[in-house]
Amino acid sequence: MTQMAPIVRIKGLEKAYDTGFQALKGVDLDIEEGELLALLGPNGAGKTTLISAVCSLTIPTGGTVTVGGHDVVRDYRAARDLIGLVPQEINLEPFEKVMNTVRFSRGLFGKRRDDAYLERILRQLSLWDKRDAKIMELSGGMKRRVLIAKALSHEPRVLFLDEPTAGVDVELRKEMWDTVRMLKADGVTIILTTHYIEEAEAMADRVGVINKGEMLLVEAKSRLMERMGQKHLTIELHEPIQTIPDSLSDFDLTLLEDGRALVFAYDTRQERTGITKLLTELQAAGIVLRDLQTTQSSLEDIFVGLVQEDAA
Amino acid sequence: MNFRAIWAIYTFEMSRFFRTLLQSFVSPVISTSLYFVVFGAAIGSRIDQVEGVSYGAFIVPGLIMLSVMTQAISNASFGIYFPKFIGTIYELLSAPINFLEVVLGYVGAAATKALFIGIVILGTSALFVDLTIQHPVAMLLFMVLTCISFALFGFIIGIWARNFEQLQLVPLLIVTPLVFLGGSFYSISMLPPVWQTVTLFNPVVYLISGFRWSFYGLADVPIGLSLLAIAGFTALCLGIIWWIFRTGWRIRS
Ligand SMILES: Nc1ncnc2c1ncn2[C@@H]1O[C@H](COP(=O)(O)OP(=O)(O)O)[C@@H](O)[C@H]1O
Ligand SMILES: [Mg+2]
Repeated sequence: MTQMAPIVRIKGLEKAYDTGFQALKGVDLDIEEGELLALLGPNGAGKTTLISAVCSLTIPTGGTVTVGGHDVVRDYRAARDLIGLVPQEINLEPFEKVMNTVRFSRGLFGKRRDDAYLERILRQLSLWDKRDAKIMELSGGMKRRVLIAKALSHEPRVLFLDEPTAGVDVELRKEMWDTVRMLKADGVTIILTTHYIEEAEAMADRVGVINKGEMLLVEAKSRLMERMGQKHLTIELHEPIQTIPDSLSDFDLTLLEDGRALVFAYDTRQERTGITKLLTELQAAGIVLRDLQTTQSSLEDIFVGLVQEDAA
Repeated sequence: MNFRAIWAIYTFEMSRFFRTLLQSFVSPVISTSLYFVVFGAAIGSRIDQVEGVSYGAFIVPGLIMLSVMTQAISNASFGIYFPKFIGTIYELLSAPINFLEVVLGYVGAAATKALFIGIVILGTSALFVDLTIQHPVAMLLFMVLTCISFALFGFIIGIWARNFEQLQLVPLLIVTPLVFLGGSFYSISMLPPVWQTVTLFNPVVYLISGFRWSFYGLADVPIGLSLLAIAGFTALCLGIIWWIFRTGWRIRS
């Protein structure tokens, strides 16, 4: 077999809440086994709603979702068997002990009790020492990891992580990234939502950009950056200039405020970037260069561009 | 059937009960003793006998029913309301389980706790009065059925409730009055004729009457009607819960 069927297939998914609000407007998305897909979108974009519809927390008003080929509504047992969910909010019983609550989760999914497996998960998540601690005695980062342990307790093939690092400080965020990478290395398919572009950039194989209930695009992260990526060439000048000479008006140039640098924006997609021509013209205009430097636009720039396009 | 899930829910719920076992045991013992002091001694000294049974013994079935019903409701309603309140319900909704399995777990645990308390009260009562149980099997059957049907009812209340006030509201405003007016502490035949008729619209009357019959052979209404009433109530609650899970009412947005 060369091409495997996607592990999650979302087709025309719609959700209108009772308020009449259309939170998902016909979303299509295929997720391949083993990949890490980041769903990137601002607050209120519909990320949680999308996950909730796949994980049966909410009833879709249109479209279909299959997981491992099983329809999540008609064949819910087989579909839910494959899914682990880490919710956005830290929903845990404060008085329960860590091991008990993880064991409960496994039982709920109908799996035979297997404390050796649970021990492995808890150790992996650095929770083994806390197995007999009450949830309320744990730090925020630990609680989040308990949620992950619960989600992994029944050995799912697909793991949904809803904003695992929202409202978490930088150090904990890096720690969470390491955890997620480790899970991916174990072969679990991961869908992670985030509104931090940095996070998608650091972790994802593919990025889906969602806004106002619509999937704007889904692309391999590298391709996305290539395709959408603008590069900037910053040209530092030897002598400051007041205005850009008329002979350079064909180029997309910005003069920085102190007149000591020009910024040239060009598209890496185009065959000819125009850099050679620009440099020749600069020399002809008698402008002496001090230094050159290029920067690639981040996902943030791409994202801001997309969302603005969408609003227009 | 996902039996492991049922067992997981059941044991998880029961563990909460075992953590507070002493409290669960002591409070019904104390309140039962108080009932005997107040009703048995104070009122009983004036009534001495109801239909050939001493007043103290006469009120035992009603006393047990009162506790069993309120305990079954409060255990089951709290049991399912709590996950809703703290958000852990997401796990029940995303697990490969159906409504029947969730109900068996939660209602089973709530009914078990209520049954335990019913038996504790029965034991405590035996210390105060001479008890005879003419139909022990029927007695147990009635008690178990009451535990289950009221736990089902409590489960519905727990799903319906949006806050703690609502959780208390139905038991306080509807169930407790119906139980007190349902012949727990008197025989229907002691009421004026008009009230006897009105009382027959109170479903609890049928349960208490049947339960008391299993002790003393005394019944306000035919025993078959009592069984029918409790079977009907159970079926109604099950039907409502099935509908709740089918439509996702108040659990799935
Ligand atoms: N239960 C609900 N009822 C009505 N509207 C809702 C409900 N849940 C979410 N929404 C709305 O749907 C939109 C998407 O929400 P959500 O999926 O939580 O976004 P995200 O997770 O991307 O921040 C928001 O505008 C939100 O207000
Ligand atoms: Mg969200």
